[in-house]
Amino acid sequence: MSGGEPAVAVDGLVKRFGEVEAVRGIEFAVEPGEVFGFLGPNGAGKSTTINMLCTLLRPTAGRARVAGHDVVSGRDDVRRNIGLVFQDPTVDGYLTGEQNLRFHAELYGVPRAVIGDRIRQVLEMVGLWERRRDRVRQYSGGMRRRLEIARGLLHSPRVLFLDEPTVGLDPQTRASIWEYIRELKRAGRITIFMTTHYMEEAEYCDRIAIMDSGTIVALDTPEALKAGIGEDRVQLRTADDAAAIAALAERFGVRARVDEGVVTFAVPSGEAFVPRLFEGLGVPIRSVSVSRPSLDDVFMSFTGSTIRDAESGSSKDWMRLAVRGR
Amino acid sequence: MSGPSAESAEKAGTARGMAEGAAGAVPVVTRVVVPPRSFRHDLRAVRIVLHRELIRFSQDRIRMVSNLVQPVLWLLVLGTGLSNLMNGGAGAAGAVNLRTFIFPGVCAMSVMFTAMFSAGSIVWDREFGFLREMLVAPVSRSAIVVGKCLGGALVATAQGSVILALAGLAGVPYDPLLLLQLLGLMFVGALALTGFGVMLAARVPSMQAFFGIIQMALMPMMFLSGALYPLGGLPAWLSVLTRLNPLTYAVDPLRQAVFAHLRVSPDLERTFNPGVTWNGWQVPVGLEILLVLVLGVALMGVAVLEFRRGD
Repeated sequence: MSGGEPAVAVDGLVKRFGEVEAVRGIEFAVEPGEVFGFLGPNGAGKSTTINMLCTLLRPTAGRARVAGHDVVSGRDDVRRNIGLVFQDPTVDGYLTGEQNLRFHAELYGVPRAVIGDRIRQVLEMVGLWERRRDRVRQYSGGMRRRLEIARGLLHSPRVLFLDEPTVGLDPQTRASIWEYIRELKRAGRITIFMTTHYMEEAEYCDRIAIMDSGTIVALDTPEALKAGIGEDRVQLRTADDAAAIAALAERFGVRARVDEGVVTFAVPSGEAFVPRLFEGLGVPIRSVSVSRPSLDDVFMSFTGSTIRDAESGSSKDWMRLAVRGR
Repeated sequence: MSGPSAESAEKAGTARGMAEGAAGAVPVVTRVVVPPRSFRHDLRAVRIVLHRELIRFSQDRIRMVSNLVQPVLWLLVLGTGLSNLMNGGAGAAGAVNLRTFIFPGVCAMSVMFTAMFSAGSIVWDREFGFLREMLVAPVSRSAIVVGKCLGGALVATAQGSVILALAGLAGVPYDPLLLLQLLGLMFVGALALTGFGVMLAARVPSMQAFFGIIQMALMPMMFLSGALYPLGGLPAWLSVLTRLNPLTYAVDPLRQAVFAHLRVSPDLERTFNPGVTWNGWQVPVGLEILLVLVLGVALMGVAVLEFRRGD
């Protein structure tokens, strides 16, 4: 590896589709060995950015280097050094698991002498070795995703792109996929660039970038991002929510709203605020809870929506986009 | 980190142990170095894309059978039915069975259907995401297109060989040389047709649209090709249309080959196997084959450009 070059380096990257500027001059770098989370509501430009990094889409302006190569001038070099796991399945159901991997190995020019070993290793890693002779049509959704991860790793990529790797999977499979990701990280040697809509998964990332309306609005470690919010979340159950909200605004200058049936607001130090609340609110309080800011709060404060609202997305669109390339 | 692939099998054992333990050890792996792109690498890509077509075809029994039904219907039902008519009318024609006459046409048709189906699988691959797996690989677009076309052509030829097995029913002799000739000719025709199909498939967004277009294109191509009637003595407008139809030049060599192995009077030969003429000039079989080949390569070239344009 050439010195300490970042695994992904993006500089002034822009993508326009006609009049629409989907990505507006973003900049960031991902260090080798990092697990980098890429978050944002739908239409924020995440997919467009990933497609440019994967060489599936040509940037309108700016530069991006992945695994040490420029995504435009060194397209094939980038392709040789990245692995991709898309959110939509891209395995062939008519082939067996092993045949799918063999197809990939030949397509990527993996030396013949190591193909057999390598297929066995990745299949064992995702626990599909016993099922290698079954056609993929007979696999469950979770097995297919695991097969795609195995395939993404087959040619020893330096950067692995995972687009929503656990979406639509049951909790057990999600947990095991995270187990693989953490093991890959422990083994070093690979950088993981992933998108997710699950906040608890974003917590596992070394750093997170939040994208909104074509720009990167936040980029830091999950801890730093949460600390940056600086306010605790206080939730109240009261006898009269409307009166409580009015009283909060009037007596404490705090803007509260009802969120999932609970009066919710944010204040700098929640614990110290609670006694004052009981003293001065004037509306009977049934229960109080104070919590540290979560990534959800971070996401909310930067994008104005919760990550779950952002989740209901159409992945089909970006599949079409990727295939046709515009 | 681009260390050579030497540190290979060291921990295969560890990995194996993990499989049961539902992940717990470090997944260590033979480190692979993907070589830079080369001609050899592209050849491997062609081979594997082709291989996939064959695997898929061999596992798709329904498709195999359904692609056979139509040609067999033409040959056995229509061929037999119309022979009756001819026997009743022109006594002199009785020496050539109509089934024999349409046999080469039926071979061409069966190849045509299968080739188009194979090409259509590109649309399928796109809908099911697999195309993306191929398009992000570090191989040239031409390798993928050529692999797809060769695969489609091989599959179509295999399908055509089933029709060849029925040669006896059509009064065509089982001469090994003839059968080889026919197989070769079918392959050339199939290659051109798959090229055509892949070129279409590169632009068509959905399977429905693809089959719509195919339906629209195949029927006229078949009716204007001389697959079902001889091309001599046609009215001028029809004559011109048949000469413009590329399929004509794929069907005629097949028929010439079959008739070369039949013992037929010159009179009948003139009626049933007039060949293709351009303004009175007899087009040689070699030129016909060349035309089909060139067209096939050109169509594949267009398909490659279409896929490149998407980048």
